Amino acid sequence: MRTFRYERASTTSGAVALLAEAPHGAFLGGGTNLVDLMKLDVARPDLLVDVRRLTSDRVEELSNGGVRIGAGVSNSQLAADPLIRRRYPMLSQALLSGASGQLRNLATAAGNLLQRTRCPYFQDVTTPCNKREPGTGCSAIEGHHRDLAILGTSPECVATHPSDLAVALVALDAVVRTEGPDGERVIPMTELHRLPGPEPQRDTVLRHGDLITAIDLPPLAFAACSYFRKIRDRASYAFALVTVAAAIDVVDGVVRDVRIAFGGVAHKPWRAIKAEELLRGGPAGEDQFRRAAEAELADARPLAGNAFKVPLARNTMVRTLLELLEGPR
Amino acid sequence: MEAEVTFRVDGTSHRLTVDVRTTVLDALRERLGNTSAKKGCDHGQCGACTVLLDGQRVNSCLALAVAHDGAEIVTAAGLASDGELHPLQRAFIRHDAFQCGYCTPGQIVSAVGMLREAEAGWPSAVTAGQPADGGSGGSDGPTVGILTDDEVRERMSGNLCRCAAYANIVPAIQEVARG
Repeated sequence: MRTFRYERASTTSGAVALLAEAPHGAFLGGGTNLVDLMKLDVARPDLLVDVRRLTSDRVEELSNGGVRIGAGVSNSQLAADPLIRRRYPMLSQALLSGASGQLRNLATAAGNLLQRTRCPYFQDVTTPCNKREPGTGCSAIEGHHRDLAILGTSPECVATHPSDLAVALVALDAVVRTEGPDGERVIPMTELHRLPGPEPQRDTVLRHGDLITAIDLPPLAFAACSYFRKIRDRASYAFALVTVAAAIDVVDGVVRDVRIAFGGVAHKPWRAIKAEELLRGGPAGEDQFRRAAEAELADARPLAGNAFKVPLARNTMVRTLLELLEGPR
Repeated sequence: MEAEVTFRVDGTSHRLTVDVRTTVLDALRERLGNTSAKKGCDHGQCGACTVLLDGQRVNSCLALAVAHDGAEIVTAAGLASDGELHPLQRAFIRHDAFQCGYCTPGQIVSAVGMLREAEAGWPSAVTAGQPADGGSGGSDGPTVGILTDDEVRERMSGNLCRCAAYANIVPAIQEVARG
């Protein structure tokens, strides 16, 4: 590991100021991804500004009926929070389907959103990778890409975003609150992560020095009936092949509202806008769910090794919505 | 860059100067001579380095020592009290829950942390695995009852055993979980 300077600030603005002066510095949260990437020489920060205990570690109810998650809340604490489990069960399920108990105890909520892709070439400095070293090429397109993206890819990058939490947050229309050199911002989760395009080195729209201070969940009554389903190679402790986060509000057989997001299929958590629009106001049933999934996945451009993800994503979405219709067991 | 840190390890306080790149695992093994926690993968994937850090199980290979200055650390070597092995240590011996033993300190410390988590009502992917049920365990709020074998396997999935002693690890943990 290369050496670095380690600093702790007493305020969020102090932390932002420290990083603003260090173009190659980084914030340190739980460190479960960053420290690993530093060992692999993929991340080479010359300054770490430790923010783990700087931002709130509490989950609080907002006056509008929503919930605010402090950036420093651990993944374990968030998954176990009674308010989250009651009102947004898919969020708790998403967290619990990722990593291990040990990692969830260290990892922070904000850090979860900012983890880097697990594309094997990104993590291997001996191979070309446009995300790690822009302009060197993509090893995955002609190489091992079974786990990688089918939607929104570019000729430069087919990486997927690894966070399960982010998929649930996108489905819930959550927003992140940031503090940065240019002041405070509120960024919808649907806009936080970006598609790779010609600049796959940029995972998110955050600018250098932007610090996530909180994640706000809007009130969404029918999210109390929501589900996060993860398909992976092992029963536990593995990254996703495909995930679906969904909530549905059905009255007298008609879909009043629905939220669907896919994970494991793109460079960002994939909100299924087309599928949602097709379903809203129509009857709720397997045929409708299937047609909506097919419409959403019509733009999929899989590679030779991951074409299986298209029917897998479709079937996972259909099954998840059907199980939600059946209600609590 | 170097930094001075203080740790309480298995009940004894230590003050030491570390390179900021030093992980908690390396500080324990290389600086304090406590080799209970093992270095397996060194990437947070195998769980051999598991310690209790301020009461919670974590991968000590991913925790920078400087970021956890002042922490209370418990390793498997610190679980015994007055020469008496911890119930989980006794259960692992009784059930022959290891072969080479390399993952064992991490398994045992992880199980201690895991049982505390379950007792505190923390759900797992198995508890919370039902649609429209965040694992609230019914109307009385978050409770986790008797752990099924599936629960134990899910909650312990961060600890790998390459000898595959899982068939004995689960009953060993269950014996303690069920008192």
